[in-house]
Amino acid sequence: MNSISLRLLPQKSKAEITRIIAKGELAKRIRDIGLNPGTELEVIGKAPLKDPVAVRVRNFTLALRNNEADHIFVLPVQPN
Amino acid sequence: MKTYHNLISIALAGNPNSGKTTMFNLLTGARHKVGNYPGVTVERKEGIVEYKANCINFIDLPGTYSLNSYSPEELVARKYLLEECPHAVLVVVDSTALERSLYFILQLLEIGLKVIIALNMIDEAEKSGLKIDIKSLQNELGVPIIPTIARTGKGKSEILNAIIQLSVTPNQAPLKINYGQELEQALKKMTNLIESTNFLDFNYNNRTTAIGYLERDAEITNKGKLENPDIHNILTEEAIETTRITTSLCTYTPESIIADQRYDYISALIKNRINYSKRTNQFKRDFTEIIDRLVTNPLFGTIFLCLVLYATFLFATSLSEWPMGIIQTGFDWLSKIAQQIIPNGLLKSLIINGVINGVGSVLSFVPIIGLMFIAISMLEDTGYMARMSYMLDKVFRIFGLHGNSIVALVVSGGIGAGCAVPGVMATRTLRDRKEKIATIITAPMMSCGAKLPVFTVLSAAFFPNHITESLFTITILSWLFVFTVSKLLRSTIISGDSTPFLMELPPYRLPTLKCLILHSWERVWQYIRKAGTVILGVSIILWAAMTYPNITPEKAAYYQNSRTSITENDKLNNAEKETALHQLANNEAEDKLENSYAGKIGKMLEPISRLAGFDWKINISLVGGLAAKEVIISTLSTAFSIGEVDPEESSSLTEVLKNNKAFSTSTAISLILFSILYAPCFVTVVVIAKEAGVHWALFSLVFNTLLAFAVSATFFQISTHYFNL
Repeated sequence: MNSISLRLLPQKSKAEITRIIAKGELAKRIRDIGLNPGTELEVIGKAPLKDPVAVRVRNFTLALRNNEADHIFVLPVQPN
Repeated sequence: MKTYHNLISIALAGNPNSGKTTMFNLLTGARHKVGNYPGVTVERKEGIVEYKANCINFIDLPGTYSLNSYSPEELVARKYLLEECPHAVLVVVDSTALERSLYFILQLLEIGLKVIIALNMIDEAEKSGLKIDIKSLQNELGVPIIPTIARTGKGKSEILNAIIQLSVTPNQAPLKINYGQELEQALKKMTNLIESTNFLDFNYNNRTTAIGYLERDAEITNKGKLENPDIHNILTEEAIETTRITTSLCTYTPESIIADQRYDYISALIKNRINYSKRTNQFKRDFTEIIDRLVTNPLFGTIFLCLVLYATFLFATSLSEWPMGIIQTGFDWLSKIAQQIIPNGLLKSLIINGVINGVGSVLSFVPIIGLMFIAISMLEDTGYMARMSYMLDKVFRIFGLHGNSIVALVVSGGIGAGCAVPGVMATRTLRDRKEKIATIITAPMMSCGAKLPVFTVLSAAFFPNHITESLFTITILSWLFVFTVSKLLRSTIISGDSTPFLMELPPYRLPTLKCLILHSWERVWQYIRKAGTVILGVSIILWAAMTYPNITPEKAAYYQNSRTSITENDKLNNAEKETALHQLANNEAEDKLENSYAGKIGKMLEPISRLAGFDWKINISLVGGLAAKEVIISTLSTAFSIGEVDPEESSSLTEVLKNNKAFSTSTAISLILFSILYAPCFVTVVVIAKEAGVHWALFSLVFNTLLAFAVSATFFQISTHYFNL
């Protein structure tokens, strides 16, 4: 299965971060807050206008805009 | 002065929402002082504690996720940690999110700071089934780790003991994380050069400097450039070369690799030391997720959001009514005493109209500001505020604002009444400066509690059958202005991309009452101190402008004689005498006002203000409104010769305005438009200066007034020429 942008990951599905294509400060911020290649995450909700999205990662909940999610590629984890 | 064996400075640091403030309050009690860091509006809190013949000075640093700084708060925390060299850093950690907090802790250990970890909210972690092998983690990291519950006080003495113990142990070698072959090679070259030249060795250890160059850290590289441009250039070239190598190998820059390697180190560190048992995430997380599912639901969530906003507004306005009344009564009583004991004359007028009324107007704001702050702290501390920004971010972003702007706008009067002073202060939750300024400039356009009487009186006079609709339209209009103006500003003078929105949605928690009150009180006290001194000065100036110069002695004598002749006129009964005296007093007041500097300014502005339909009397009231918007109505009353009226019961003013030929419907609407938009009141301007700088305060004075004039003049010209209103 191929990596997709985090924006496209449907709600309630889990995935593992494969690549972060952001550059400069954004790349740093995304990593600083705990989103790194190899990290597992789960989309747990979306705001009423489908943006921002809420993801569960490293045992806390993070909200990020689709603009930021576009820079993060994930490999969906198949449910067992 | 007592002398202490030891003076230990301890910085309190940690991620936001880790209970750091509660911990600070627990350790220091209420004995601490609040100030600002030089040049920024970031609060600096310090508290001194005596313990076992030691004196420990705690410094509460702003919450931060890492040492890399993206906001003024984070920069303050970083600068303090790197430059002021505290004896040790007490890192307060939310135990349930220990994994994420370790990133910041690793950074501290890498620069060689002594660290104590307070595993806060350990009870929550235990309940959720999270097992942390504290002993093993402590050995591996080489730092004391203390389980705490700041809310109940658990762990306090253990922390104090650990601090004292740590203060006598020698410094540990900085932590060294392996960043992989390419980076380590570069780091080795760089540290050799740094070591042999003592480059930046005052501030940082050699490896920190080298890592700083690889990470392209602005703070470190700027310092290096100043200290020695040659070495700075060599290091920069090495960093560029390393970037070239790593991007061709794996597309990532060194700074990304460094962050990823730190997280890899953390993964290895917590393996078998932090265990999520089956029950993990079940307790608190489920609770939070269930609430979130409801409150971020498109339909129910939106309704709930409106209810919360309305409740906030109701809480602050209704509860503040009686304390405001008490303060008002207190100052009225003071005025009465002054009336009796001070001899007639200028001093009396100065003390009553200038000092007592001025200070009174500042202090009467205190209850509503205090309650607004309690409400805001409540929303912040429970975690709902983060959800509000999450819900509204998309809409607000279209207009160049941020999800967090909602708080400032609602507090300023977005739902009918409020106050721009706490509103502007609430923009502290905005991290991006441009979004913050757009919010600060537009928030005062909301219909605050002081503008409401203006709108009510004018609506009652000109749209007597549609008062509610009129007030509702004004509120909608205010929102439209806010969105239009912020869009305008954000696409011109403060244009720029919106900052990334990466925000934690913390688990819902009940804040402690002590924290709420302490926090709000600190903010209120700052307001009293700063605004109190300024408003006193301004109200004295305003008093002088409306008093000086006096009417000519001949005129004064004329009024005195008329008064005597009315009182001594036997043909009039008492009621008639009173009416006549009242009429005379009004004429005298109008005469005095016209002759005063304020009157002259009003007349001077008249040729221009006519374009918007304002005569000199309206001008005076609008100029007076710069001090406080309440003044608009009270000055209009004086100027339109009906004497003092209570702004709450200004039905008489309504009558006067309705029957005044100079005051058309166009004038009324023009005045409403002007009042919505023009310069914020003086207290707000002072607060803007504090939050955004003096130039933005001046900008809000000039820009908002020009905009207001442009809008109301355009309206007035069109409506009189084409619609004959």
